[in-house]
Amino acid sequence: MFLGLYNYWIAILLMMIGFYIVIAHGNLVKKLVGLTIFQTSVFIFYISVGVVERGSAPILAEGISDYSNPLPHVLILTAIVVGIATTALGLALVIRIKESYGCVEEDEIQKLDQLNEEKS
Amino acid sequence: MVIAIAIVRTRNLLAVVMLSGIYGLLSACFFVVVDAVDVAFTEASVGAGISGLLMLAAITITGRKEAPKRHKPFLALFVVLVTGGMLIYGTMDMPYFGAADAPVHQHVAPRYINESMQEVGVPNIVTAVLGSYRAFDTLGEVAVIFTAGIGVLSLLTLPRRRKKTSSDEATEEQMHERHMVVRIVSKALIPFILLFALYVQFHGDFGPGGGFQAGVIFAAGIILYTMLFGLDTAQKVFNPSIIQLLAAVGLLLYASVGVVSMINGANFLDYNVLADDPIDGQHIGILIIELGVGITVASVMLSIFFNFDARRQAIQNSNKQKGEQDVSRTL
Amino acid sequence: MLAHLPILQVVVPLMAAPLCWFLNRSKLVWIFALLVCAATCTNSTLLLIEVMKSGTITYELGGWEAPWGIELRIDKLNAFLLLIISTIATVVMFAANTSIQKELSEDRHTLFYSLYLLSLTGMYGIVATGDAFNVFVFLEISSLSAYALIALGNDRRALWAAFQYLIMGTIGATFILIGIGMLYQMTGTLNMSDLAIRLVDVGHTRTVFVAFAFLIVGLCLKLALFPLHLWLPNAYAYAPSIVTAFLAATSTKVAVYLLIRFTFTVFGISFSFTTLPLQSILMVLGLVGVFVASVTAIYQQNVKHILAYSSIAQVGYMIIGYSINTSTGVMATLLHLFNHALMKSALFLALGAIMYRIGSVQLSQFQGLGRQMPLTMSAIVIGGLSLIGVPLSVGFISKWYLLIASVEAGMWSVAVLILLGSLLAIVYIWRIVEMAYFKPPLPGRETVKEAPWTFLAPIWALVIANIYFGIDTRLSVQVAQAASQSLFGINP
Repeated sequence: MFLGLYNYWIAILLMMIGFYIVIAHGNLVKKLVGLTIFQTSVFIFYISVGVVERGSAPILAEGISDYSNPLPHVLILTAIVVGIATTALGLALVIRIKESYGCVEEDEIQKLDQLNEEKS
Repeated sequence: MVIAIAIVRTRNLLAVVMLSGIYGLLSACFFVVVDAVDVAFTEASVGAGISGLLMLAAITITGRKEAPKRHKPFLALFVVLVTGGMLIYGTMDMPYFGAADAPVHQHVAPRYINESMQEVGVPNIVTAVLGSYRAFDTLGEVAVIFTAGIGVLSLLTLPRRRKKTSSDEATEEQMHERHMVVRIVSKALIPFILLFALYVQFHGDFGPGGGFQAGVIFAAGIILYTMLFGLDTAQKVFNPSIIQLLAAVGLLLYASVGVVSMINGANFLDYNVLADDPIDGQHIGILIIELGVGITVASVMLSIFFNFDARRQAIQNSNKQKGEQDVSRTL
Repeated sequence: MLAHLPILQVVVPLMAAPLCWFLNRSKLVWIFALLVCAATCTNSTLLLIEVMKSGTITYELGGWEAPWGIELRIDKLNAFLLLIISTIATVVMFAANTSIQKELSEDRHTLFYSLYLLSLTGMYGIVATGDAFNVFVFLEISSLSAYALIALGNDRRALWAAFQYLIMGTIGATFILIGIGMLYQMTGTLNMSDLAIRLVDVGHTRTVFVAFAFLIVGLCLKLALFPLHLWLPNAYAYAPSIVTAFLAATSTKVAVYLLIRFTFTVFGISFSFTTLPLQSILMVLGLVGVFVASVTAIYQQNVKHILAYSSIAQVGYMIIGYSINTSTGVMATLLHLFNHALMKSALFLALGAIMYRIGSVQLSQFQGLGRQMPLTMSAIVIGGLSLIGVPLSVGFISKWYLLIASVEAGMWSVAVLILLGSLLAIVYIWRIVEMAYFKPPLPGRETVKEAPWTFLAPIWALVIANIYFGIDTRLSVQVAQAASQSLFGINP
């Protein structure tokens, strides 16, 4: 059983590391890095699903009969694009936050907001 | 694996970004090992390329150090452990890794593998599925990129660029002279990068590659140019407002293929009616939509990078001005 | 042309978004976007009529039949949803030009309309598609544009709220992605109706169970069910007024729709409500959500915050109806979807009008507005009454069916708690009324005028709809009933 599933487990472990970075870290850039790792690990999981033993890349050629499953590849191509789009937008937000708050740490931003509210 | 843990521990953000780039590259290697060449190609250019570049651009603005943590993240650890535990529990009934008789390989996929040559006529099955069977997904994907492009624009557009002062130009000149060797080498390299991008664009039917990868590579080539010759020089060559229009044109090009097939009496994105012979129609359809993808991706990536860079310059300039004011005051 | 209705619904706004860039003048873009919204609105009306008449419509994209290609699948449920979204989008768009003149700088106007249309595209896509992965793609279109729209707000807290939303939303989306991946792994298909057939064989496996759990958690993040609602109040409070009115009335509804779609259509009722203690968990979370959010709303100082917390409470009601798991319960949820969209868009638009005139929505600034902006304030009062569930308003209808559903299912305690929750709504609405009608205007604020007609027309259109559908319930009840019965496989 271990041999059959270990690949998924590694993917899951990686996902969880990414997920941990997202929720536990206060620095916004690092949160985004964590998000990227989380997503990339999900991609690894998807691709693992599509693997066929002794299969080859899904480009038709003479003399090959076993191909790995092309559908997960397509899905992940799409998902990678979605991921980079999210990252780009997130980074743009971080830049703006830095400009208007002067910092990129979660705690400090929340403190600044509280101060603001007390003033008004 | 090791790298992911290192990322958790490292507080220097520059190192974190570098490591995440390496992580992207490694996962790309994994994808090659398991025969997902198209995905590997994309992940290498995105995970290790563009996203790293963007993050670098961002941390030059936001600063490199992460503040030390004050509270112990037990709650976070707990949530993560529960989620991970659930996932591991879920794997118990999964078909084994690589098993050829798993349901994934039985139901929908065989038709793609066996029939796509007759139905679409493209040797690269991934391109066939991406461009034809699931073309609507890809349209959505282009729309996502386009959305991100507009989103970044709406966040970062500067009201109006002011005229450069002469001192700025002088420093830029200086900087560029220092990197003479790099400049000459890359000047020779850039045409090849762009050429390679075009090759990837139009060769996607046969080998790994396609509009998305080509777009990213193309953008990377121009970004390299920008980094070496300065934003202003690059924007003289590639006018930002034209680039923004191009992003819109790419998306429209893609969607209009669908509209044309609708006018010809078939369903949206049905390429069979684009030419007399269905296979030719498929070829034309895939070619055009890939072109649309490429145009949008390249121009969106570029405009995102330009905006990041413009912000950085604006900040630097304002800092410099502040410095000058301070100096004049002390005098 | 009639055969292409489903795809036109999605593609028209999709193509319109980039076209906005070719029109340079803000006003021109507004007229164009308004026309596009109106066109999709007409389109969805035609679709609903068609579906009610002749049953489910499917549309194969690229001409590839279902499990191989992607299909759009319109049944009574999502035709109803499409109509709700498109109507609200059109009405809200009507006021957009006036509002963003004040709240956004000139160079962002075109971008705003593009993002608005893209967000709309995303929602239409989610609702119309019959393919699980396609849902993810369109989900990201609508959420990315929503993040950017929220970040357009003037307050710097809008940026922070948008970032939090981005993190939470992406985690949610990734959970959904994991869920879909596991489903695909076990069945080999991504098409929803195909999944439903093939899941029967593997329904007992632990993988499917986990996939289900991940989908539910991811969706609950998106629909802001307590305790996963933390991103919502600030996002709504600091976004530009038009964006709040639009998103509050539509985006959580789409998530509720997905929840219903996945549990009823894909997994099937017997799986969804037996394998997991889902019913009791969601029921409890819904009830707790109603109470916690309503009580929090009472203590807010920003009126947008009050209404945002009230939105979380309303989501709680929808989840209660859904987890009663009877045809009447789901029908109550659908009715509440429709009614809540009407109420909240009216209320938030009215707040937009107040923002336009006095530049703030702090409760303390509302003093004396009852006399100065009588039409706007009375719209708020009627919307508020509807929120409480006073008879002759739409709010009453959905609460009424919710009560019937819980009593039918023998859950008396739930019925009592629903009534108690409505009492809390009275308190927070009363605070607004008290401030506006029983306090003199603030010094220096004596000359505030009524909102311009571009605001009043859509607000009052919505308010009248609030009352109309509260009295003449035939249309909404009939459609909601048909939709929920078709989910439970009952033929009317």
